Amino acid sequence: MQAPAGTLYRGREGMWSWVAHRVTGVLIFFFLFAHVLDTALVRVSPDSYNRIMDTYKTPLVNLMEVGLVGAVLFHALNGIRVMLIDFWAKGTRYQKQMTYVVVAVLLLVMVPATYRMTAHTFAALFGSTT
Amino acid sequence: MTAVTETQQDRLVIEAPRTRKKRPSQSGRGTNFEMYAWIFMRMSGLLLVFLVLGHLSIMLLLDGGVQRINFGFVAGRWASPFWRTWDLMQLWLAQLHGTNGLRVIINDYAERDGTRFWLKMLLYTSSFLVLVLGTLVIFTFDPDLAG
Repeated sequence: MQAPAGTLYRGREGMWSWVAHRVTGVLIFFFLFAHVLDTALVRVSPDSYNRIMDTYKTPLVNLMEVGLVGAVLFHALNGIRVMLIDFWAKGTRYQKQMTYVVVAVLLLVMVPATYRMTAHTFAALFGSTT
Repeated sequence: MTAVTETQQDRLVIEAPRTRKKRPSQSGRGTNFEMYAWIFMRMSGLLLVFLVLGHLSIMLLLDGGVQRINFGFVAGRWASPFWRTWDLMQLWLAQLHGTNGLRVIINDYAERDGTRFWLKMLLYTSSFLVLVLGTLVIFTFDPDLAG
């Protein structure tokens, strides 16, 4: 029997949103592991918990939180897209358009969210008047 | 013998989409585990959209964001059964959703049987520990630790 040779990786919107879904999913999984451990410090002592929370407030980790929110938001929006492809009769027909909706909503939310999340860091670093 | 040849063939041949198989379940132990896992990913995913985006909004965006989080803040939130229930559901759904996601990824990319097996053992062990630890923390939280 002649096997259909080649690959299922087709590129374009469908494949890349699938790749991004996997990558963001793995990132979120590893953050969750760290997050359960850091939260568990509330059972050790208030001081040890407060010290780990202080690292969350530093500029570098603050920037990583923006990345985390972006990753979670993409994963959530693309997850909704996946469910629409699965359960909505016209889902597969509009999967490409839905990818652009996902990216548009992501950017639309992330611009003000990034501003809000980093305002304190910028004020602390550069002494902004806001 | 036959089983081995079939496995090897499965790896080489890309079947046409929606090819009917006698046995949809890969494990073939009479269960339909993969289908239930597929459904679980969608149901838990839908709930997690609200739980996690709500959690991130409260913790990182609203009202001072991460700068205001400390032991007292956690104590204030976990004084309410509502937030403890929220966090418990979030923990279990997210951890199981993530564990199944990583299980699929390991199955996809780890080609040697031994590698696949041990990676999944590591995954299940760490998931179990995270679930036990997280659940214990939520149930045994003691605000008086602040003294």
